[in-house]
Amino acid sequence: MRVVWSLLLVGVLALIAFFGAQAGGQALFGIVLPYLAMAVFLVGVAARVVGWARSTVPFRIPTTCGQERSLPWIKPASLDNPSTGLGAAARVLLEVFTFRSLFRNNRSELREGGRFTFSADKWLWAAALAFHYSFLVVFLRHYRFFAEPVPAVVAWIQGLDGFFQVGLPVVYVSDIVLVAALGYLLWRRLADARLRYISLHADYFPLALILGVALSGVLLRYFSKADIVAVKELAIGLVSFHPAVPKGIDPLVFVHIFLVSVLLTYFPFSKLVHMAGVFLSPTRNLANDNRMHRHVNPWNPPIVGHTYAEWEQEFHDKLVASGIPLDKE
Amino acid sequence: MPEKKRDELVQIDYTPPQRDWMDPAIDFAARKGTWSYPAAAKNLRYLGLPNPRDWSPTDADWQLPENWQQIIHDGLAERLTKFRSLKLFLDVCVRCGACADKCHFYLGSGDPKNMPVLRAELLRSVYRNDFTTAGKILGRVAGARPLTPAILKEWYYYFYQCTECRRCSVFCPYGIDTAEITMLARELLNLVGLNINWVIEPVANCDRTGNHLGIQPHTFKDNIEFLVDELEEVTGIRVDPSIDRKGAELLFVVPSADYFAEPGIYTFMGYLLLLHSLGVDYTLSAYASEGGNFGLFTSNEMMKRLNYKIYHEARRLGVKWILGGECGHMWRVINQYMDTMNGPADFLEAPVSPITGTAFTNAASTKMVHICEFTADLIKHGKLKLDPSRNDHLRVTFHDSCNPARAMGILEEPRYILKSVVNNFFEMPENTIREQTFCCGGGAGLGNDENMEMRLRGGLPRANAVRFVHEKHGVNLLACICAIDRAVLSTLMEYWVPEVGVSGVHELVGNALVIEGEKSRTTDLRGKPLAGGKGDADA
Repeated sequence: MRVVWSLLLVGVLALIAFFGAQAGGQALFGIVLPYLAMAVFLVGVAARVVGWARSTVPFRIPTTCGQERSLPWIKPASLDNPSTGLGAAARVLLEVFTFRSLFRNNRSELREGGRFTFSADKWLWAAALAFHYSFLVVFLRHYRFFAEPVPAVVAWIQGLDGFFQVGLPVVYVSDIVLVAALGYLLWRRLADARLRYISLHADYFPLALILGVALSGVLLRYFSKADIVAVKELAIGLVSFHPAVPKGIDPLVFVHIFLVSVLLTYFPFSKLVHMAGVFLSPTRNLANDNRMHRHVNPWNPPIVGHTYAEWEQEFHDKLVASGIPLDKE
Repeated sequence: MPEKKRDELVQIDYTPPQRDWMDPAIDFAARKGTWSYPAAAKNLRYLGLPNPRDWSPTDADWQLPENWQQIIHDGLAERLTKFRSLKLFLDVCVRCGACADKCHFYLGSGDPKNMPVLRAELLRSVYRNDFTTAGKILGRVAGARPLTPAILKEWYYYFYQCTECRRCSVFCPYGIDTAEITMLARELLNLVGLNINWVIEPVANCDRTGNHLGIQPHTFKDNIEFLVDELEEVTGIRVDPSIDRKGAELLFVVPSADYFAEPGIYTFMGYLLLLHSLGVDYTLSAYASEGGNFGLFTSNEMMKRLNYKIYHEARRLGVKWILGGECGHMWRVINQYMDTMNGPADFLEAPVSPITGTAFTNAASTKMVHICEFTADLIKHGKLKLDPSRNDHLRVTFHDSCNPARAMGILEEPRYILKSVVNNFFEMPENTIREQTFCCGGGAGLGNDENMEMRLRGGLPRANAVRFVHEKHGVNLLACICAIDRAVLSTLMEYWVPEVGVSGVHELVGNALVIEGEKSRTTDLRGKPLAGGKGDADA
């Protein structure tokens, strides 16, 4: 029942911000914690990336998922088995933008009589992609709070996102997709016994937290009468380093901001660092060109195997008896 | 063969147990048939590896060094800075579960700790406890566990229950490679003397005699002469391979099983016939008489130590470049490690086929060419006279071996060769071949008899796909380019699909190869009569 703890924890966090802001903690939740969270996020993620980068890559170990480049008349799989750095870069970018490996996903099932069947299973891929992209769009849309005038590209994304023009205020597709995808990702962890077995607090908590962020945002946009002008004033104050909390901001705004602050703070210490880590994965970002160009191991240990001379000495008589030539003949 | 019958073995329960995976409990005595015997003390002593002693996993006391926890902690700390792969893979897993049903051991056993994600969590949980902020503060809530004897026993069980096949890595959105996790976990286990004899004995043999099987030079020569005689009986041609001959153009290195036992020996006969028919100037070596490298299943240091011999011998003999036989993990080492570990091979020349003049530019630095690359090039240039009808008694499918598929990508060459030398070739279902190929269940040192139940379970998905093409197309031969496969799959087929045999690709080349001066063939290289009395009709 790990999921319950995570949901409860997020609920408690929300309540802390809701009542804390009303009890005079507006500067704390609106200014101090957001700044702290941003600092922890930036320093923390940078530290993680530097930490990985400082570990060496002794061997070139791409997972090859297609034909190698060998003879000129055999077509190589230049993305799935890249033989150049450019190919490897393309492989990583496609991984980042399209979740290509996840797209391969299939489901193996054991049928009666001990037969396995394999069927395509794109649900995880689709939900993961939907979640990440809708989150990105929501994130980009928020720039309208931080910039005056609103950049054209943000306005354009916003227009596209609200294309269906349902309701007033206009319902954004990204909001619906984000909440639905999060719901699915949470549901599958609970519904599949196998996934339930492997899931940790660290798997439920980020989902619950982001769900909290999304739902508080949805409440603010569609249901509360938050004073947008005041919120924008707060946001611009933060990014221009002249922070001030204007009067009349709905306490729900502080819940939203606080949950985002928790997310930023939690990020560098959690599995969410996969966002940065995916770029550094040695099985994906290296070309399979080992036999063409020598890869150097910076700590290559000075190991010498059993030498020929030692071997010949041990087996000398047997070599002579069987007529195998010795080294000095 | 295990006591369990086939129908019993396929009753697999995938329901996870009630017990939390973080509470370890392995009863080795109750799980006989699913683990391998530990390394004999004499082998560890010979190799200079730590903590040699005689012990059994069923013992309560594993006789570990007093400070074993510290040794493993320090070993992990060292490897986290040495291997970015390890640090990253321990950090970024999101437990999405995409890898879960990709592991042949999970599919064949239903044991949730055979899901790649949980196999890695066994180590990851200890890493969190010792090396991450969240783990240090929050402990179990953050998925962290201090290393206990029970957890160490679990490591021993599950890290010697992974064949390092990399299938899970194909599906992982971050490319997390359980082979890498297993390899480094085994390095840690080796630090406190936890290893298996079926890995360590071949390593000790290889270091001393030159090959895993411990074949000494005079026996090496005898074995080859025996195969030369056999070949003469079938073809009427007497081939004349040289051993340790200086000044040959090529050094030819094969896995030792190819000159030791069926069915590998037929593949070896195929190599010899091919090279002889073209007059290739090559030599074998009694010193570098092993292409495989069980060091890969021990530690990077041991891998380097064993691999050392190939370049050392190539330099001594003064050859131009090196040709390598059909072997799976051997090619992982050659393709991904050899040049880095024991190169640069600047005393060799960039390989060029002496027959076609083709430059193997993909091997320009390592200077070692796979015999399937070599032969595919020969066939493409029309240098071989082939009579595929000599393989008409065979209906063939091809098993991509894990390492050549997922650590190299040699997929088309063997298929091109097969389609040129057999008339009846059928692919297995697409989710079971090429980069998605299923392991034989006995790689990475697990192909021993005491581990038989686990081998048969792990091999079940592969066997299933073979059974499918056997029933659909009448396939009766499973060809592959791996020596471990040839040994392990033979047992696997005997158990699951007894109608199907196992061979190397070059055995079938040897069957089809038409050589000037040969006698009219009545049998294949195994001495089995050709289809429709073809040989007789020709005669």
